[in-house]
Amino acid sequence: MNVAEHLPALQIVLPLASAPLAVLLRDRLAAFVLVLAATWAAFAISILLWLQVGETGPMSYAIGSWPPPWGIEYRVDALSSLLLMLVSGIAAVVLPYSRSSIEREIRPEKHTLFYALFALCLSGLLGITITGDAFNLFVFLEISSLSSYALIALGKDRRSLTASYQYLIMGTIGATFIVIGVGLLYLKTGTLNLADLGVRLQAMTSHRPVLAALAFLTVGISLKLAMFPLHQWLPNAYAYAPSAVSAFLAATATKVSVYALLRFYFSVFGETAIFQRLPMEDLMLVLALAGMFVASTVAIFQDNLKRLFAYSSVAQIGYIVLGISFDSVTGLTATIVHLVNHAVTKGGLFLLLGAVIAGIGGVTLARAHGLARVMPLTSFGIVLCGLSLIGVPGTAGFVSKWYLILAALEKGQWWLVFLIVLSSLLAVAYVWRFVEVAYFRAPRADLAGVREAPLALAIPAWILVGATLWFGVDTSLTVGSASRAAAQLLGAAP
Amino acid sequence: MIAGEALVLAAFALPAVGSVAIALCGRCPQLRETATLITAVLLLWCTLSLLPMVLAGGRPGVHLFELLPGLAIAFSVEPLGMLFALVASALWIVNSLYSIGYMRGNREEHQTRFYVCFALAIAAAIGIAFAANVFTLFVFYELLTLITYPLVTHHGTDKAKAGGRIYLGLLIGTSMLFLLPALVFTWHVAGTTDFTPGGILQGRLSGFALGGLLALYMFGIGKAALMPFHRWLPGAMVAPTPVSALLHAVAVVKAGVFSVLKVIIYVFGTETLATEASTDWLVVVAGFTIVAASVVALKADNLKRRLAYSTISQLSYVVLAAAILAPLSVIGAALHIVTHAVGKITLFFAAGAIYTAAHKTEVSQLDGIGRRMPWTMSAFTIGALSLIGIPPAAGFISKWFIMSGAAAGGHFAALAVLIVSTLLNAAYFLPIVYAAFFRPLPAGDERQPHGEAPLSMVIALMLTSTATLSLFLFSSPLLQLAEQLVAPK
Repeated sequence: MNVAEHLPALQIVLPLASAPLAVLLRDRLAAFVLVLAATWAAFAISILLWLQVGETGPMSYAIGSWPPPWGIEYRVDALSSLLLMLVSGIAAVVLPYSRSSIEREIRPEKHTLFYALFALCLSGLLGITITGDAFNLFVFLEISSLSSYALIALGKDRRSLTASYQYLIMGTIGATFIVIGVGLLYLKTGTLNLADLGVRLQAMTSHRPVLAALAFLTVGISLKLAMFPLHQWLPNAYAYAPSAVSAFLAATATKVSVYALLRFYFSVFGETAIFQRLPMEDLMLVLALAGMFVASTVAIFQDNLKRLFAYSSVAQIGYIVLGISFDSVTGLTATIVHLVNHAVTKGGLFLLLGAVIAGIGGVTLARAHGLARVMPLTSFGIVLCGLSLIGVPGTAGFVSKWYLILAALEKGQWWLVFLIVLSSLLAVAYVWRFVEVAYFRAPRADLAGVREAPLALAIPAWILVGATLWFGVDTSLTVGSASRAAAQLLGAAP
Repeated sequence: MIAGEALVLAAFALPAVGSVAIALCGRCPQLRETATLITAVLLLWCTLSLLPMVLAGGRPGVHLFELLPGLAIAFSVEPLGMLFALVASALWIVNSLYSIGYMRGNREEHQTRFYVCFALAIAAAIGIAFAANVFTLFVFYELLTLITYPLVTHHGTDKAKAGGRIYLGLLIGTSMLFLLPALVFTWHVAGTTDFTPGGILQGRLSGFALGGLLALYMFGIGKAALMPFHRWLPGAMVAPTPVSALLHAVAVVKAGVFSVLKVIIYVFGTETLATEASTDWLVVVAGFTIVAASVVALKADNLKRRLAYSTISQLSYVVLAAAILAPLSVIGAALHIVTHAVGKITLFFAAGAIYTAAHKTEVSQLDGIGRRMPWTMSAFTIGALSLIGIPPAAGFISKWFIMSGAAAGGHFAALAVLIVSTLLNAAYFLPIVYAAFFRPLPAGDERQPHGEAPLSMVIALMLTSTATLSLFLFSSPLLQLAEQLVAPK
């Protein structure tokens, strides 16, 4: 048996198997080591897959050797390999962080459960990304969602329970819509394989059930990816979850949902059906712009830093959706690049906020007065990530913004160019609220003994901050993969 | 050109590395300030060694890396950038000397942060000066804004915070809102952003689109303080005086007008612009800024505020000169970057010296101060003469070229603006000189005797005022450089 052949299956099986084992082990350290090994292995596998796809093009794996479209197919192409690498990479950084951070935030007897849930959530997210089967995608979506509800509910703040409940309701509605959509498609075509669906639907894209399926899928996935105005669950969920969970979900969950949307739109329904026969372009454009401006404005008035940056996430998702609405290679490149760039930026940001919680016991702006005096490095890291949210050159955010503006110019839409840059000025406003509080206010008296974050928290956080800066300087990985993936989605390249 | 490449890289890396050294020496002020001075001297040596190469027609450059396919961070030294780099590196030495006296004399806090940010700001300025394309220029332009923010808000008070908000809001705001779209549009239209003699847009854009792009660039480069985006300069007056000198003379506003010149000469091309009627508005806006800012300066009683508005007016000299598009006025614009720098830094040094020695900030308090601080006020007088444009101060030369260009190009309105503004300059500077030397000290002031400012400050301002005079007498290397702009070798 050749292991390399089975990498796509191992990508999912390793983290999935580590979850029940972690529960059985009942020992915190052993569970941590096991899940860590599985996560790092998953990251290594994703890199191998990415390299392989880069060399030989998209690859297909038949689960149990049942050939598609009858069996479940795992399919890795430019887009999914990039997402696999992103998700498992973030997990590989967040997990070591979580060991130290949950010591403070979660009761010890729940630690093994935390690791198991983390492994489940990771395998769900990876599964969505790798599977080539519509129903399988739904199943993985549920695995990741259910585990993330539980992860959020582990938060120390009791409000995490209501946040989790809110997310549970919204997420379940979303999942139901998705399964209805998938059901309708199955009804029409008799197949669940995504590629096969894509072929069979070409002749019937204007049929009413297919349009209904599209509507259900769009709303369902939009709920999961927190597209404005379906984002209500997100701010609380990010704000009250344990720090490691906030960081992991903010960096991966919505991104994977965007992936699902791209997959359904471009690989199943096809670009012509969605953007040329239906007014989806305008719809997405309006929602994206509304998200960018409304959520950024709301972010300016938040008093809790985690909520502030959660609203900023909703706004940044607006950029991602905006890129899709351009329906061009440049636009999709912008979407995919921003997917990655925003993931590392927000991931780093929430990890740093977790370090702040560990240091001063909270992340309200009132508590963070003079933070820069007691935790200078952490504060500086938050500012760096903030600059990336603004889109300052030298940070990852600039690269995404560049492609968005270029895509708007290609369409000749100058007004959009100005709206894009105008919304980044709103980002200046909310980032500078932190700067002014952390650097210009005198620290509160009870912060006198506070030290800089411990290395166990600082190192993972700074890895992601470093990635934010690195992707702002060397874009060969992000832009290269993204433009390949965009070309594949639009059928311009194999 | 290996030597040239190495020198270009060294010029950029020196202040950056120097800032690390300064940070490491933070505990020991003597060592820290020595590190600053050594770095500054080495940097000047670097830029001076590049000078002969550029004068001989060489364009030493280095291609660092590609950020996006086709968009590189690259350096290339051409005459204008050489001029700017020389100004920045030479004045950095003097400014450091002055800073040492000022920061100690006023017992400022966070001095290490100050010196570190200062060095980084110089690195960014060198990056701007040597940028080989608009993209590189934009990157360092934004970095310069961010690095100078902690300097502007150095005192950390509410007033500093408010000034910082205006500073950052306007500079980031204009550059994000106008400059970034202009840059992407240039790239979209021309497929390159390289600075090329003759421009990269000829035949690609015309009419309204060209005029609109010019507007995006001119207002996007907020550091050139074209009205109505000039408010950040007076807002930044809360900063310590050496920072004001950095903003007004060494790096920041100079980076602004330098970028304006670069864009007009190497992106649009003066010939392309000259054939388009849709670009004439720039002369009007620049002319308006010159006169309006001078009028505000006339009414300002705070000395630093008066100097700030004078800067806004003088910056628009450069913009106006570039907008006239005549070869002579372009030479004048390039020279004016230099002459205004040395003149204005002298004036700011004097203002800071007065504040340090006498704690006076208003023009109306300066009666008779020339008798107590003769060196400072003599330097101030020389700086003022240069800004008005009276020989034997350097300002005369640049003004001469700008006016000749305006006359040759038949821009009589521009000529009129220049004459009116010269009169206004005289009207707001000469009364200060008169009051300082010929009015008696106000009653009660005798009880608070003070002499000159600390020695290092006096030395610094003597150096810059001497430079103001000697640039008038020995202007030929500068002229040679500037002439290469219009008649490339």
